[in-house]
Amino acid sequence: SVQAHKEEDNPQKTMEVNGLTPVPDSYDYDLIVIGGGSGGLAAAKEAAKYEKKVMVLDFVTPTPQGNSWGLGGTCVNVGCIPKKLMHQAALLGQALQDSRKFGWQFTEEVKHNWMTMTESVQNYIGSLNWGYRVALRDTKVTYENAYGEFVGPHTIKATNKKGIEKLYTAERFIIATGERPRYLGIPGDKEYCISSDDLFSLPYCPGKTLVVGASYVALECAGFLAGLGLDVTVMVRSILLRGFDQDMANKIGEYMKEHGVNFIREFVPIKVEQVEEGAPGILKVTAKSTTGDQIIEGEYNTVLLAIGRDPCTRKIGLDKVGVHINEKTGKIPVNDEEQTNVPHIYAVGDILQGKLELTPVAIQAGRLLVRRLYAGATSKCDYVNVPTTVFTPLEYGACGYSEETAVEKFGEENIEVYHSHFWPLEWTVPSRDNNKCYAKIICNIQDNERVIGFHVLGPNAGEVTQGFAAAIKCGLTKEQLDSTIGIHPVCAEV
Amino acid sequence: GKNEYDLLVIGGGSGGLACAKEAAQFGRKVAVLDYVEPSPRGTTWGIGGTCVNVGCIPKKLMHQAALLGSALKDAQHYGWNISQPVHHTWSVMAQGVQNYVKSLNWGHRVQLQDKKVKYFNIKGSFSDPHTVRGLTKAGKETIVTADNIVIATGGRPKYPTHVAGALEYGITSDDLFWLKESPGKTPLVSYSYILCLYKIIVYICLTGVSPDVSLECAGFLTGLGLDATVMMRSIPLRGFDQASQISKKNQICFTIQQQMASLVTEHMESYGTKFLKRCFPTKVEKLKSNRLQVTWKNADLNTEETDSFDTVMWAVGRVPDTKTLNLEKVGVKTNSETGKIIVDASEATSVPHIYAVGDITEGRPELTPTAIAAGKLLAQRLFGQSSELMDYDNVPTTVFTPLEYGCVGLSEEAAVQCHGSDNIEVYHAYYKPLEFTVAERDATQCYVKMVCLREREQRILGLHFIGPNAGEVIQGFALGIKCGATYPQLMQTVGIHPTCAEEVTKLRITKRSGLDATVTGC
Repeated sequence: SVQAHKEEDNPQKTMEVNGLTPVPDSYDYDLIVIGGGSGGLAAAKEAAKYEKKVMVLDFVTPTPQGNSWGLGGTCVNVGCIPKKLMHQAALLGQALQDSRKFGWQFTEEVKHNWMTMTESVQNYIGSLNWGYRVALRDTKVTYENAYGEFVGPHTIKATNKKGIEKLYTAERFIIATGERPRYLGIPGDKEYCISSDDLFSLPYCPGKTLVVGASYVALECAGFLAGLGLDVTVMVRSILLRGFDQDMANKIGEYMKEHGVNFIREFVPIKVEQVEEGAPGILKVTAKSTTGDQIIEGEYNTVLLAIGRDPCTRKIGLDKVGVHINEKTGKIPVNDEEQTNVPHIYAVGDILQGKLELTPVAIQAGRLLVRRLYAGATSKCDYVNVPTTVFTPLEYGACGYSEETAVEKFGEENIEVYHSHFWPLEWTVPSRDNNKCYAKIICNIQDNERVIGFHVLGPNAGEVTQGFAAAIKCGLTKEQLDSTIGIHPVCAEV
Repeated sequence: GKNEYDLLVIGGGSGGLACAKEAAQFGRKVAVLDYVEPSPRGTTWGIGGTCVNVGCIPKKLMHQAALLGSALKDAQHYGWNISQPVHHTWSVMAQGVQNYVKSLNWGHRVQLQDKKVKYFNIKGSFSDPHTVRGLTKAGKETIVTADNIVIATGGRPKYPTHVAGALEYGITSDDLFWLKESPGKTPLVSYSYILCLYKIIVYICLTGVSPDVSLECAGFLTGLGLDATVMMRSIPLRGFDQASQISKKNQICFTIQQQMASLVTEHMESYGTKFLKRCFPTKVEKLKSNRLQVTWKNADLNTEETDSFDTVMWAVGRVPDTKTLNLEKVGVKTNSETGKIIVDASEATSVPHIYAVGDITEGRPELTPTAIAAGKLLAQRLFGQSSELMDYDNVPTTVFTPLEYGCVGLSEEAAVQCHGSDNIEVYHAYYKPLEFTVAERDATQCYVKMVCLREREQRILGLHFIGPNAGEVIQGFALGIKCGATYPQLMQTVGIHPTCAEEVTKLRITKRSGLDATVTGC
């Protein structure tokens, strides 16, 4: 029972036994957040609003290449932000080409300077890191750049860069440690390959690049690298964008292929060797077919691994406090109030089992959780119909069911799919592809033709999709869609 | 019957063609008359109406050309090495745009043919409620009779004829998009300054309903490197009270947001467009150098000023194209002030079997998509056993100024007028598009505002957005508003990160609170 549990795991007793100063009856903090990323910071700042004593522990274990970064988590440092900025750089390259058709004239040869771009991007990220430090200070949230792990039910050990350990206690905890890129586990991977953790601050141009993986991270990176003029190859084990609407995933792949990205399908690397040192050097990759015995080799300046991400949950002492994790994936199962199996320990963000790995979801979950804890609110995070966008060269925005999932759940005869190709007006004059942009909506016939899935492939897909997501949340039906006037001429009116 | 056609459409623009093609789907015998009276400068164009030829399409393409100019500047910050000088050649752009427009003209001709709609390139006028006669360009007379007639002749730009020289020396949007050579020749543009060799002035008079075209034109002209000045009689868009057509029947409020208009013009000023506020021209004269000398009165300083320009463009509103239709002959009633045709909710005029759609109709938004929708629905009611009427509420629109402005629903002023300021809540935020950061662009006017009812449900009355890709942002939210979206529902919608549109889902600060509405980081 709870009482027995309390007596057994008495932090005071533990500390006394260890010869450390006994902790007073009250805890050091109301809330300790482990992980200063999107979810963690949002929760911490929210809790401070209710005058709670909050601490955030954030620590970045350097990458195998030795790379590290400041406060803010994946999104700010090695995710959404630098990704979108580099995607923008690539789009601008395309804009340069278009602009000639619109009458702009400049020299034929335009080259891209990786260092100029990366410096600008890193400067901006630095300002965000700084902004977060200031925000925490202003809201009186205690921040420590230290690695947190549980040593007792209400006790965290925080170890900083210099190895100095401190103990802190809190009434409640939120685990928001996020994830890090997975490695292949083959010879040469950690020594010679980089991941998205390294790419956005790479101090030299990656050159001829092999991207291993078919996740959105892989395709987005491959996309902008190609857009910047680099020779890019993507090695895919089986399908593209697993979990996404496959019809759309294939269209994205087709577009990338037609725009200069090479694809090697149904192969996996089995070893990476260094041919020449340098920044970049030359690497030799040996790969094996997944469907037979064929072996191929290739040489690249850079090998970027983007085969998935693993939650940072294995080494934070969860076993000591009895928090269950999925042994296979490392993810933490929570109930619909983000509570783990240990009542006073919660979790938000990418580490959650069965939830979307998105910044806005983590932020929303973190905020609502804190409001429920301290402000008597009851709203739970709504994980249904969360819109997302993949920032590949041809952007893809989606909200709701993929076609496959809709068919699976409702039956093919009960859904209607309306679709259309469209040609953005801005693509006409520069004669860009006229049959690539595409939109489709999936409707549930039995429920008044309610729109249950929205997919669009085209420029500014994110901007287009956001409003549709709001409409879907309001229960949009096909009829309402039809009766809404389009804004002309924009892509969204399709 | 005795009439030759089931439906005759006068005017081959957005509304007219949509109506004609829809009627043809029902197997009806349909004819379309389209004729473009050359502008005073002699500009003319093919089938498709204003939107395709001298409106939305060329406007957006030239706006895009200007945006690409900005992109060239941004690109440097993102690592692209573009060696100077960079300059813009009007004729290359014009040709690209004009070729595309011509392909659309062609496309419409083919579509009409495929759908077996008869097309006459004649200027029609009524001889009786079922008969229209007209002359071809060659002077041949043609008579067409029909059971039903739809007038969709649209409008043409107005000239300020009280200004001496206005007609002889000025151009309008009808001409701008068809100019083969630059309205200001081709100045050299480099990144730090514009060589102000050649100038264009756009005069807009703010009692008109659509100053947008003028601001849009001045905007892209500036973006292309031309020295553009906008002269306006009143303070930006203040004279809009006459244009606030609050129809008691369907609560349509078209007042363009005062605050939003200020932000848009503020941005244009920082972008390089010059503004001469509270000034109105008195005469335009031609100089020996072929430049134009414009004289104007400054209402604030009570002085008379003058300057010379290469081009003077008038954007003082549009007049409905009804003069030569002979409407009086058949008794179709028009609004005495605007000249527009009065229609009811089913697009019917005062004469049975005669209808009107599009810019020509009184009290309707002057937008392509509404004309198209109205035209289609009309055909469906006439021939398809439908009874669905056009819903003019909550029509989203976008102004394609250098910093775009998209909106749907009520303006703040209209909401206050309709519901009272105590009963509405306005949420707002100043934000910075991620792409502006590295490009070091000024985001001072990037702004989003949502007007809601204050009572429990907090239904959204209007949404306003200034920023890049405003049209793309607003479109989806317009759907939400059609579904009766409420503020809580929008707040429950998770944002897409990183986009500008997500700022709408993050609106928390109210105007009422007086708190700083600047968004700071994630």
